[in-house]
Amino acid sequence: MSDPGEPSAADAPQRNESASVGWTGAVRRRAVAALPPDKLLPDTQPAYMASWIYVFGVLTVASLIVVLVTGGVLALEGPAWWHVSATGKYVNGLHLWSVELFMFFMVIHLWGKFFMAAWRGRRALTWVTGAVCFFASIGTAFTGYLVQQNFDSQWIAGQAKDGLNSVGIGAFFNVLDFGQMLMWHIVLLPFVLGLLTVWHILLVRRRGIVPPIGATGPADSTAATATAAPTSAPTPAPGEVL
Amino acid sequence: MSRRPETSPVPDPADFPTRPYDLVKEFTIALVVVALLTAGLAAVFSSPDDKPVTLASWSRADGADFTATAVAELGGTSGTAEYGPPYNHTSDAAQKLGPLGLQSAAGVRIPIDTANDFVLRPLAKAPESPGVRAALAIWSAAPASRQQAWTKAYSDALAKAPGGDPAKVAGGDYGPVPVLTTRLLGLARSGALDGQLQAEGKFYQTDYTRPLLFLSDGSYLESLAQAQHLGGDQWGMMNETGNYPGQAWLWLYTFWYQIDPFKSSGNADALIWGLMALLSLGLVLVPFIPGVRSVPRWTRVHRLIWRSYYREQEAAVRARQSGD
Repeated sequence: MSDPGEPSAADAPQRNESASVGWTGAVRRRAVAALPPDKLLPDTQPAYMASWIYVFGVLTVASLIVVLVTGGVLALEGPAWWHVSATGKYVNGLHLWSVELFMFFMVIHLWGKFFMAAWRGRRALTWVTGAVCFFASIGTAFTGYLVQQNFDSQWIAGQAKDGLNSVGIGAFFNVLDFGQMLMWHIVLLPFVLGLLTVWHILLVRRRGIVPPIGATGPADSTAATATAAPTSAPTPAPGEVL
Repeated sequence: MSRRPETSPVPDPADFPTRPYDLVKEFTIALVVVALLTAGLAAVFSSPDDKPVTLASWSRADGADFTATAVAELGGTSGTAEYGPPYNHTSDAAQKLGPLGLQSAAGVRIPIDTANDFVLRPLAKAPESPGVRAALAIWSAAPASRQQAWTKAYSDALAKAPGGDPAKVAGGDYGPVPVLTTRLLGLARSGALDGQLQAEGKFYQTDYTRPLLFLSDGSYLESLAQAQHLGGDQWGMMNETGNYPGQAWLWLYTFWYQIDPFKSSGNADALIWGLMALLSLGLVLVPFIPGVRSVPRWTRVHRLIWRSYYREQEAAVRARQSGD
């Protein structure tokens, strides 16, 4: 029941997005312009995305979620729990195998994107963030092996220190220091990997899925015909850097 | 989010025909599939968990190796004692990447004095018999050259003794070394040395640098690792104990250690790190490297990925040609 004296929702002045002022308004304008809702959460996709290779991107993200959740459960009980509890041992198994799946899916995704030359059309930053995600994942997995508190951890630490020390990194990043490695594994690297992943996904949504090599788009039917059915390497579209 | 207008020569995906797609549904199905797959793999294969080696288990299983290592730590001839940065200032020990001495440049940030940290301090802090206290006093009073002569003589004698057994060492001038290392072996076997090296006078402790370095200086840990195919020359950096996939993604890093010139180089670690840094940078910058960025166009893998699209384009061309 609204007060008759108060303006109703219908009477409320329409928000003039372009007139929004201040830092908040500017950020909102730019965010909505870059990623309107139908781009962020699309319900259609280009018809050329008819390949199973596209599944590996979402499988990688799904695996990362499982990695984070299982790692979170291990964190709830502490790093020694899984050595003394059958439940903990199983959760550690979940964490290990989700990491193996995550890395497997990510590598397939990476190779798929390489052979699609998925950096074309101002998508270089998408490739770069994805490749850096790959290396951040290797670092995160590596520190995970170091904090298992078992023979593997001892041996891997003893071997890895030589590589890291040889280029001066070991003086600051001490793989023999369990406390330091645990912090890197459960705080710093997941934070970096999470940020990179979000950035990478937003860039994918922002730029859209890269069209096939040689495609010029249905709008230019002449060009499309000219570049259709390449018998060997397709001719790059005008200005397409390959 | 660039301020520049969209001027990409690659067509906008929005210009192409579309088909229905449910992003949220696809992600949910992927999450369920991955969760089930993970649950199944964990149930069937579990995860490896070989118990860690302790100074106690090492000294009980291989007292000869423990004693030989302790003598090397005391005499400053162990791997850690002669390591160089970041543990100590041993000259010419640091690796170089061409002219770049990054290991030296980082400095000695984790100082380790193997004789004091691994042998003398633990002995001095434990309640000792008069004989051990006297041995410690003799060691401290002796000049460095005398200390090294004792440890070298005892180390050589241990190498010649049957099984390296300290009890079977021939007589000689070893100074207080046998008394010190025998007592250290006793401390280790009782488990006290683990506590002393880990706690280092503190209550809370999360840094295992010293006990791990001591363990790594012996050959016992390595022999266990070799048996599990974890050695550097066994592609061990990407393996883990048991029949598990390990860090398979380190295959390229591990590969370089198997071939010359790296496997026979004293600077192998630095050279391989430098090479991998370069290759990693190359992967990140693929879109900007002429030639490499053209590989996808030269190969026909993309024809497989987008086969439906190319097939439709071919059909369109044929239809156009037959129409002409």
